[in-house]
Amino acid sequence: MEMNQYLEVFIEESREHLQNCNEQLLQLEKNPDNLAIVSEVFRSAHTLKGMSATMGYDDMANLTHQMENVLDEIRNGKLPVTSELIDLIFIAMDQLESIVESIASGGDGTADVQDTMDQLKTVGTKGGLSVPDEGNRKEGKGKIETKEESGSLKLTYDSYERTVLEQSYEQGYSAYEITVTLRSECLLKSARVYMVFNILEKLGDIIKSKPSVDQLEEEQFDLDFTVTVLTRDSKNDLVKKIMKVSEVESVSATKIALNQLQNEQNKKEQSIPQTDRVKKRDTDTTARGQTDAKKQKGNLHKTIRVNIDRLDELMNLFEELVIDRGRLEQISKELSHPELTDTVEKMSRVSSNLQSIILTMRMVPVETVFNRFPKMVRQLARELQKKINLQIIGQDTELDRTVIDQIGDPIVHLLRNSIDHGIEMPEERIKKGKPEEGSIELKAYHSGNHVFIEITDDGAGIDREKVLEKAVRKGIVTEEKIARLTDKEVYDFIFSSGFSTAEKITDISGRGVGLDVVKNTIESLGGAITVQSERNRGTRFTIQLPLTLTIISVMLVEIKQEKYAIPLTSIIETAIIKRSEIQYAHEQPVIDFRGKVVPLIYLKDVFQVPGEELADDFLSIVIVRKGEKMAALVVDSFIGQQEIVLKSLGNYLTNVFAISGATILGNGQVALIIDCNALIK
Amino acid sequence: MIDNTTEKLTKIVAFSINDKEYGVDVQNVVSIEKMMPITRVPNVPTYIKGVINLRGVIIPIIDLRSRFQIEEKPYDEHTRIIIMKVKDKRVGLIVDLANDVIQIDGEKLESQPEIIGVEKKQYIDGIMNIEDRLLIILNIEQIVNVQLSKRNEGGM
Repeated sequence: MEMNQYLEVFIEESREHLQNCNEQLLQLEKNPDNLAIVSEVFRSAHTLKGMSATMGYDDMANLTHQMENVLDEIRNGKLPVTSELIDLIFIAMDQLESIVESIASGGDGTADVQDTMDQLKTVGTKGGLSVPDEGNRKEGKGKIETKEESGSLKLTYDSYERTVLEQSYEQGYSAYEITVTLRSECLLKSARVYMVFNILEKLGDIIKSKPSVDQLEEEQFDLDFTVTVLTRDSKNDLVKKIMKVSEVESVSATKIALNQLQNEQNKKEQSIPQTDRVKKRDTDTTARGQTDAKKQKGNLHKTIRVNIDRLDELMNLFEELVIDRGRLEQISKELSHPELTDTVEKMSRVSSNLQSIILTMRMVPVETVFNRFPKMVRQLARELQKKINLQIIGQDTELDRTVIDQIGDPIVHLLRNSIDHGIEMPEERIKKGKPEEGSIELKAYHSGNHVFIEITDDGAGIDREKVLEKAVRKGIVTEEKIARLTDKEVYDFIFSSGFSTAEKITDISGRGVGLDVVKNTIESLGGAITVQSERNRGTRFTIQLPLTLTIISVMLVEIKQEKYAIPLTSIIETAIIKRSEIQYAHEQPVIDFRGKVVPLIYLKDVFQVPGEELADDFLSIVIVRKGEKMAALVVDSFIGQQEIVLKSLGNYLTNVFAISGATILGNGQVALIIDCNALIK
Repeated sequence: MIDNTTEKLTKIVAFSINDKEYGVDVQNVVSIEKMMPITRVPNVPTYIKGVINLRGVIIPIIDLRSRFQIEEKPYDEHTRIIIMKVKDKRVGLIVDLANDVIQIDGEKLESQPEIIGVEKKQYIDGIMNIEDRLLIILNIEQIVNVQLSKRNEGGM
């Protein structure tokens, strides 16, 4: 067994524990007297320490050790919980996080943690307690069972194994049966087994285990397992070293005496009589373990961890299948062979189901992005001396992994924006008759084929005058026009590039590179962002995101000889109008669509499509929308609706006007996908 | 240029445009394809002919005649698309004829004499005379990069 094999587990687990610590610490700050929370943090810190020490990341282990000491004093009531103290612990947490991340990216996990450690130490001594030493802590370590040879054997040995044992005794080795019981809450049992095996293999040879190594690796055991080891080390050393592995509840070791082996043989398969003490303890543990393990098994075995790359690969393969499916559908239509049509239809249905399964497999709850925000908001609020309560709603909402990966930064930016520009200073809020503590709500929810993320604050709102003044100064809008602008149009200026309304430049936001970047990122994901605001009542940013990115439904249209795809999510409806219905507003052709004036856009002109002009009295139009704005795209004909695989035009052709990507049609040819957002100004 | 001198022997793919022979480093070549349907991409420079579907991957296609400002001619059975990989970009180059793969000695590479001058110097690594064949060695990285920056300046 290789250590590397468990690196992933280590990183994964460390992240979970760090996240847990973060969450609990935030809770603790709100409820400083709740010792249950301290214990929870303590437990996570302790596990972290154990894991990092086992993996040989000393800096991490030392730092967690100091942190643990401080936590221990809080727990014993020797140290009051203050924001400063939490700050300090957060600094340590940040460092731990960066160590874990550096390990994850192939680093050696070393870091300069001396400063933080010193600070933690100072805090610790101020608390008036000497640093508690290893032995005092009961949390992690269970009882050490030291029994002398009197214990009878749990395993039976065949003649070959007995010979091995006999021979090794002659060479001065001793054999021990070691029973290790894991804590009931241990999640990655096989990792712990590996760690135990690793230690034992350094000390001697493992000749037998029950359950078998294979079963152990597959976690086919409850909480305890027994191994037989040949070693020259003493029993106590063995036990102590194994106890160093975290999440081990207890270890008991029994020396195997040669005469016992003979007896065992005599008894054959008879049940094994035990001395009462061992037996009792064991059955106790197993009984308790079994119920716990059963409960866990229910949850555990329903999920498996799969490398994200594999899911991506699966998705790629499936995309190819979708393309071929399109091709097959076309061929069967051309041949109109009933059996072929039947089979192809069936295949299409199955692959649609397969598609939805694969897509849901790639869905990740937004929680993975959201969970780092409470800490960030807290820190920013403290820096700015504001009081802010962050509420997170709907963190279970799921989004495609690719969207998740990219949505974090824009949200961070919007949150910073709300904290910095939105929420006022406490005194100001009181003056305005608002509660001293500002509130920010981060909310995610599904609606139709989209996921919405809203960031709402109850702050000052957007200052229309200030935005206008700035917009005029930056030349985004002319003075004559401003009177006629709606509030919404004014607020949209804040997404223009190089726009920042902050009066002074702060570290938090307002560096002028802000919201336009946010907007671009979101639009590149096929989403949209809007802002609503009311003076002194607050601001709400709404981000609309597509559920998935790679396979989308489109309407295929034809423009002269060329085929284009329009995403169904942008389309309101298709229509055929008479040429005589076209009206002109300032040279701009428009039509009347259900009482609304909608601009007409000739795609053949936008895309400079070569070929003969068709003189027809009727026009086929596709009404598309971007937010509340609409446009009517003129095409030559509709081909139909189709599921397609979105492909990029590659790294070479980026930013082609009004084209968001390409897809491969059933006949193997490429069709371009129209970016309706770019067409509607 | 630097690459070629440090690493003396390299293989190049030789092809012709307008009866002149050119070469590109074989390391950049992914495959050589026969002509296939190209989907036009609107609002890009004329030398970008569009995109093709190469076994499920969308690849932009550059017509080298058009790029070198040589008069274009209709594609025929000899026309080839050389699929190139330049860093993380993949592009296809349309050439009149793909000839062969030849081993060259990088040290024999001479810098481009001024008189050749139809093509811009920046994407020519140098010229080479092999058995009475005059080969113009192209710097594909330059071709792609120069074009890309030009295209962006073009105010997309």
